[in-house]
Amino acid sequence: MPEPSPSSERSSILSAEDVSKVYQMGDVEVHALRGVDVPLHEGELMVLLGPSGSGKSTLLNILGALDVPTSGRVLYRGDDIAGHGERELTNFRRDHVGFVFQFYNLVPSLTARENIALVTEISKTPLDPREALELVGLTERMDHFPAQLSGGEQQRVAIARAVAKQPEILLCDEPTGALDFKTGIRVLEVIDEVNRSLGTTTAVITHHAPIASMADRVVSLADGMVASDRRNDEKVSPSELTW
Amino acid sequence: MVSVLDRKLLRDLMRLKGQVLTIALVVAVGVANYITLRSAWRALGDSKVAYYEQYRFADVFARVKRAPDSVTDRLGDVRGVASVYPRIVEEVLLPIDGMLTPAHGQIISLPSRGRPPMNDVYVKSGRFPEPGRGDEVLIYEPFANEHDLRPGSTIPAILNGKLHELIVVGLALSPEYVFAIEPGGITSDDERFAPMWMSGTSVAAAFQMEGAFNDVVVRLEPGADEKAVLIAIDRILEPYGGLGAYGRDLQISNSILEGEIAQIEAEVVFLPGAFLAVAAFLLNVVFSRMVTMQRGQIAVIKAVGYRNSTIALHYLKMVCVIVLFGSAVGVAFGAWLADAMLDLYAGFFRLPMTRGRIDLPVAINAVIASLLAAVAGIAFAVRSAVTLPPAEAMRPPSPARYRASPIEQMPGLRRLRQTTMMVFREIWRRPLRTVFSSAGIAFALAIIILGRFGKDAHGPILDLQFGRQQREDISVIFKNQVADRSLGYLAHLPGVDQVDGYRMTPVRFRLGPRWRDSVLIGLPPDSHLRRLFTRQFRPARIPHSGILITDVLADILGAEPGDLIDVELKEGDRGTRQVRVSGTIDEAFGIQGYMQKSSLHGLLREKPTVNTALLRVNPGREAELHAYLSDIPTVQSIHRKRTVLEKFEGQTRKTMQVITLILTLFATAIAVAVVYNNARVSLSVRSRDLATLRVLGFTRTEISAILLGEQAIQVCLGIPVGMVLGTWGAKALIELQADPEQFRLPMLISSQTYAFSVVVILAAAILSALLVRRRLDTLDLVGVLKTRE
Repeated sequence: MPEPSPSSERSSILSAEDVSKVYQMGDVEVHALRGVDVPLHEGELMVLLGPSGSGKSTLLNILGALDVPTSGRVLYRGDDIAGHGERELTNFRRDHVGFVFQFYNLVPSLTARENIALVTEISKTPLDPREALELVGLTERMDHFPAQLSGGEQQRVAIARAVAKQPEILLCDEPTGALDFKTGIRVLEVIDEVNRSLGTTTAVITHHAPIASMADRVVSLADGMVASDRRNDEKVSPSELTW
Repeated sequence: MVSVLDRKLLRDLMRLKGQVLTIALVVAVGVANYITLRSAWRALGDSKVAYYEQYRFADVFARVKRAPDSVTDRLGDVRGVASVYPRIVEEVLLPIDGMLTPAHGQIISLPSRGRPPMNDVYVKSGRFPEPGRGDEVLIYEPFANEHDLRPGSTIPAILNGKLHELIVVGLALSPEYVFAIEPGGITSDDERFAPMWMSGTSVAAAFQMEGAFNDVVVRLEPGADEKAVLIAIDRILEPYGGLGAYGRDLQISNSILEGEIAQIEAEVVFLPGAFLAVAAFLLNVVFSRMVTMQRGQIAVIKAVGYRNSTIALHYLKMVCVIVLFGSAVGVAFGAWLADAMLDLYAGFFRLPMTRGRIDLPVAINAVIASLLAAVAGIAFAVRSAVTLPPAEAMRPPSPARYRASPIEQMPGLRRLRQTTMMVFREIWRRPLRTVFSSAGIAFALAIIILGRFGKDAHGPILDLQFGRQQREDISVIFKNQVADRSLGYLAHLPGVDQVDGYRMTPVRFRLGPRWRDSVLIGLPPDSHLRRLFTRQFRPARIPHSGILITDVLADILGAEPGDLIDVELKEGDRGTRQVRVSGTIDEAFGIQGYMQKSSLHGLLREKPTVNTALLRVNPGREAELHAYLSDIPTVQSIHRKRTVLEKFEGQTRKTMQVITLILTLFATAIAVAVVYNNARVSLSVRSRDLATLRVLGFTRTEISAILLGEQAIQVCLGIPVGMVLGTWGAKALIELQADPEQFRLPMLISSQTYAFSVVVILAAAILSALLVRRRLDTLDLVGVLKTRE
């Protein structure tokens, strides 16, 4: 039995309500999500745990308007965005969501600063790219191209790029997946710092259970359903994490 | 049993079908082009050689006023001369019912026994006239076809002022008239000009030329010094009114035919070569990307034990499939196009053409050339696939290295948008690709200009020549000069509104060792109906003293304004006079000289005369007028300007339309292939970046701009270069033109032609870009983020 949901305690900024996602793979129907309810509360850092195939990336993609659910609702401040068209979804991402990916996805032809400027040019209340790089501790590397940066550095630039538009929501899909332990910790520290100093509502996907210790809230998915949703009362700083 | 690698090959090709098709199309166009031009070149060249050989086309030609037959032996004694054939050639009028003005015939005498020893006649139907039958003629086949004449038909002809009813006994062609153009004409006119062959004794009797000749043709011994022979012949014929001997290079039919052959020869290397270069470049772009994408596959194939040579062969086979497919289409299309082109030529050049089945060696050459070009195009890509160590191939390629492009450092451009910078840096990272792509676009645009510019030049030049320069409706050429007061007589004929006239005399212009036979025209200072203009449409005036010569003639002589040149007269006392060149004129037609009419009379030491009358006519009474003109015995020929103009326009319009259409299609194939393939490869390289941008909130339009911006820049760079290239090419084509001494197109390309070529290229580019852009709509945003490239 899952624990009682703590969702009613604080106001949710973005939430999935009874969301299901079915992929048609040839003749086979794959149920990636089956009636999932996950709210994201204002200002919290949520970790979404689960083994591969549990549906966590699908959920994140739906919350981030990269994908639409087969059924159910996705509420952003009470407005159901699940039924919106392509243009509105693009605008939603543009204005409210920052993404961090496992493989950084920096544009190789742009320097660190320019990768950030790429986003600040199209956002309404952006940080200065230098400020964003300061936040991730990379001001001295700002004129380097991605090919001249290490993996950890690239991921920190990606985080800076994601937060530079001051999004309300930051979604991170396996941000440490391609990094070694030490570098991974450094990246998590940056995510934690962004969450605390800017108050950005953050969701981090991982299959590393220990990372859950840095979260305000931990949601576990298994087989397309929420297995548990609990508050983490003993939140630790990323530097104390081990795995 | 198809091997697994071959199955991969087929599937890869299926996956890339858009690219395979567009590249194969460029190969096809190149091959078709080569086959068409080579076939036309060979058909014209071989037919010419065979025809000249079989019908014993002469090497040297000379007209003379009247020389006794005994002179023939002296000509035969000239060193280098193999044989001599004296003839009588006379101009006649053919007043055919239903024609407003009489057609012009040129009667050539036949020997009393056997066939002509040179410039033989190719009788296509019917027979040779029987000796002594003064009313039997062979007639030029195209003319006969125009007038529905057959062996047995009769045709009226005015021989030496007397009307005869001639019987057509056969339809014929001759190597002398492959391109039949009447004396003083500007183009062939099958309806109005007819070479005719008649028994020699009959011609001699009709023109009082017994025991004499007025035309002689000569075959040279192998290795003979033609120039020396020409000089010797001129010396012998001089006392008999020789008009100057000339070689094949100045024989008008041959010079136009050879000019055309030379032009095709120039194109046969350049045009297909350029198409194959474009195909090779595109294969390079596509295969380089494919090898990069298939690094992992190549590694696996190697890891399981396939040899490097097998992998190299695999990619070579792939390119062979594309090239062979393109070549097959090209050979079929080329065979058809060659046939169509030869049909077009058959309307201009009347010679028995050896043609029909496709020339196998030509087709094989084309396919081999395409294969070589393609293999050269993919050599680097295949080499990198082969030299890749299996382990390294399993790892992703190291990230592309970028640098800031110099364009960003330009003042005013420092604050470019990041997306714009992405475009510039991609271009800067592969400058050669941009250069070649732009070159491909430029080439495509240039060939559209080349296909169309002739049209631009022809309209205005015809307008100039027949509107502003020749202001008469009818010109009447007299057999000999007539007194100026004859113009007064013409002015009183019905329908004549205005009369003018000029004096024209055959001369040899000479400066030092250089000379050229041409005509000198004396125009009255107040001539209303004949004015002079340069090829650049500027009016020109004849100086009060001295001579104005066409610049082509000035080039031939090496003469400059101020030089004294010799004018050797071919009538009157046939003396040599020195005249100062007072200027040159860049005219579109001919290589004549101009003087004040009074000065020319002074030169000829004669009273004021004319030999050409120009008439402005009331259109309503034209028919009435022609009846009078045809009855004047001193008239040699009558030319109606409108008829000449319509003929010339009709001939050029059809040819131009076909050429414009074909070259525009070819150019479109190139533009589509360049833009489509570049955009596809660019999409493949960039799909990850573009998907990322979409995730970050960029719209489809915004990412399309990044993807297609690069293509747009290449097209935009190619367009001005193509305009310059097309302009150069047009200049080169004008230089190469069939016979520059006969007709020179002005260098004129209209803004419509530039606009048309740009619109075609832009339309092709936009269409191709849209085809690729559709793929952005189905970009897998999620999938691409999950994988490392």
